Amino acid sequence: MDFSYSEEQQMLQDSVQKFVKGQYDFDTRKKIVESDQGFSADYWNLFAELGWLTVPFSEEDGGFGGSAVDLMVVMEEFGKGMVVEPFLATTVLSGGLVSELGSEAQKQDMLAAIMEGKLQLATAVAEADSRYNLASVATTASKAGDGYVISGTKVVVFNGPAADKLLVVARTSGQKFDRDGISVFVVDAGAKGVSTRSYTAVDGHRAAEIHLQDVQVTADALLGTEGKALESLEVVIDRATLAVSAEAVGALTCLLQKTVEYTKTRKQFGVAIGTFQALQHRMADMFVECELARSIVIMAAMKLDSAASAADKAKAVAAAKSRVGRAMRLVGQEAVQIHGGIAVTDELDVGHYFKRVTTIEHQFGDTDYQTMRYAAL
Amino acid sequence: MGLYGAMEPVAFGMKMVAPVIYSYGNEEQKKRFLPDILQSNVWWCQGYSEPNAGSDLASLKTTAVREGDHYIVNGTKTWNTLGQYADWIFCLVRTDNTVKKQEGISFLLIDMKTPGITLSPIVLLDGEPEVNEVHFDNVKVPVENLIGEENKGWTYAKVLLTHERTNIAQVPNSKLKLQKLRNLAANTADGYGGTLLDNPVFKRKLAEVEIQVLALEFAELRTLAAVSVGKAPGPESSILKIVGTEATQFIDELYMEVAAYHSLPHVPEQFTDGFDGEHVGKGSVAASANTYFNNRKKSIYGGSNEIQKNIISKAVLGL
Repeated sequence: MDFSYSEEQQMLQDSVQKFVKGQYDFDTRKKIVESDQGFSADYWNLFAELGWLTVPFSEEDGGFGGSAVDLMVVMEEFGKGMVVEPFLATTVLSGGLVSELGSEAQKQDMLAAIMEGKLQLATAVAEADSRYNLASVATTASKAGDGYVISGTKVVVFNGPAADKLLVVARTSGQKFDRDGISVFVVDAGAKGVSTRSYTAVDGHRAAEIHLQDVQVTADALLGTEGKALESLEVVIDRATLAVSAEAVGALTCLLQKTVEYTKTRKQFGVAIGTFQALQHRMADMFVECELARSIVIMAAMKLDSAASAADKAKAVAAAKSRVGRAMRLVGQEAVQIHGGIAVTDELDVGHYFKRVTTIEHQFGDTDYQTMRYAAL
Repeated sequence: MGLYGAMEPVAFGMKMVAPVIYSYGNEEQKKRFLPDILQSNVWWCQGYSEPNAGSDLASLKTTAVREGDHYIVNGTKTWNTLGQYADWIFCLVRTDNTVKKQEGISFLLIDMKTPGITLSPIVLLDGEPEVNEVHFDNVKVPVENLIGEENKGWTYAKVLLTHERTNIAQVPNSKLKLQKLRNLAANTADGYGGTLLDNPVFKRKLAEVEIQVLALEFAELRTLAAVSVGKAPGPESSILKIVGTEATQFIDELYMEVAAYHSLPHVPEQFTDGFDGEHVGKGSVAASANTYFNNRKKSIYGGSNEIQKNIISKAVLGL
């Protein structure tokens, strides 16, 4: 099999790599995280100029091509820089839903604006009781006149604070756990009845609890066919899951490299601690984990780009997130442990990579969830 | 106290420096320091690690040079927990540079108000300035604050460390956390109409750590039984340190797993008095990620778990 990148993918990787190395060092990132907005509008515009915001979209949507391998290439490099700009929330998740479900008019309204960097979006899926089950939706959207009235609370909505529009998953019919009856609505973040409780997540990304109380939307706010959104939602969440798994591979690679480097310079008992076999074997284990994580993410990306069935694609993503989840826990914890005290301080980047991979572990289904999902598929 | 979730007194006094003072201090020192420790009138902190002396603690470089009735102390200590509130610090200092590193160390008690002591806070992963670097710049310490004999400090330091390690096991605390975790899981939706405690994968993990803590509890009781007949805790305190810290850390992982998405918001202000905004996540769930991050220190401090394995290899297994 040929695992080498195409010329275009190589160029894409080089360009993101160059940005992360040259313009996204740890101190710069820290300033961005601590800024009011929590991400850099200048960098967001730069991403648009460089065409990165088109990567998740197909050519017919005006994008770069929309392949999962392309997405993997970008996300892995973002993972190395712990990039906090809302690429995942706006393009992969929300843009993905618009692309999957949207009418021509809705696509025209939003996709170009996303790719030009002019529109910020957030997808509001999770609820306080839903855990990772996408079919568990208590938020309701009831028909009212020509439109709908939406009520409910969505939790930990990434990019919620900066979003111009929210894509809200709500139930238009059926009971709480029914697969049928789930719809997606485009809601203006400033609409009457929407209140946003913004905060910073542990990894520095911005998120919000979003309360919707009798929020009125017109009929054209509905994305796709009423009550039939779940399958598309699953496809899009799986793409996002693959994206964060690829991001994790980038972050884990950095954790390994930094740990190995540190043990070559840190001296105790008169020698570099990297000379201790007890630590060498553990770093060898970290390396194995990183390689398996990378391998399974490549597998899943290739599967998504293939003509495999929807179930096979879902199963591949579940496998990837499950296996990367194990790697994140082991490599993250070992990087901190082998560094020692310095890695539990805020000043060293290692702790921040650890926080980012820990966050990814708990997004879109943790390791147990994805393992059991794999078993059930 | 751990079992009922009561606030414990800061360990550095009662559980760490007190055993050293009552074992190796003179009568004057016992009278001067122990009653205040017993009544928690004085806050103690620790001056052990240095930036270049972590696992290799005996390579410490902070010096104490005798001048008349005083020692003049110079150097930097690190990972000093909550020293910003402390009244006194117990320190390992180098009093002889010419001998084997373990043989030139002394154990000094220093009043934190002494001129020349400055602190630089270190912010940890949960965003809190919990530890400090403590800088000593020509700090004058009366010789009567020396515990035991000059250059015998390493022996006392090790005794203190075995007490610290026994204490780190925190079995009652883990039992309480497990009990609460079980209740929490019983009241947490699994997303499918049941609770997380119905989830066989979660249930198994919870049972495994409960069993581990049970084994640890009896390992600790055996150690305490030996201590009660006059033996100081020996190398077996390393077992307690390794297993105790790992159990705590695993429990923290489970809390995060229960919290799921709500483990992720970082909203420290909601834990402060008088906060009247909207809470994000409930109680222990809301703090679960920061607790997990912060407690990674447990397998590092008090002699890293790797050092504990070295102690077991050498002192117990004779390797």
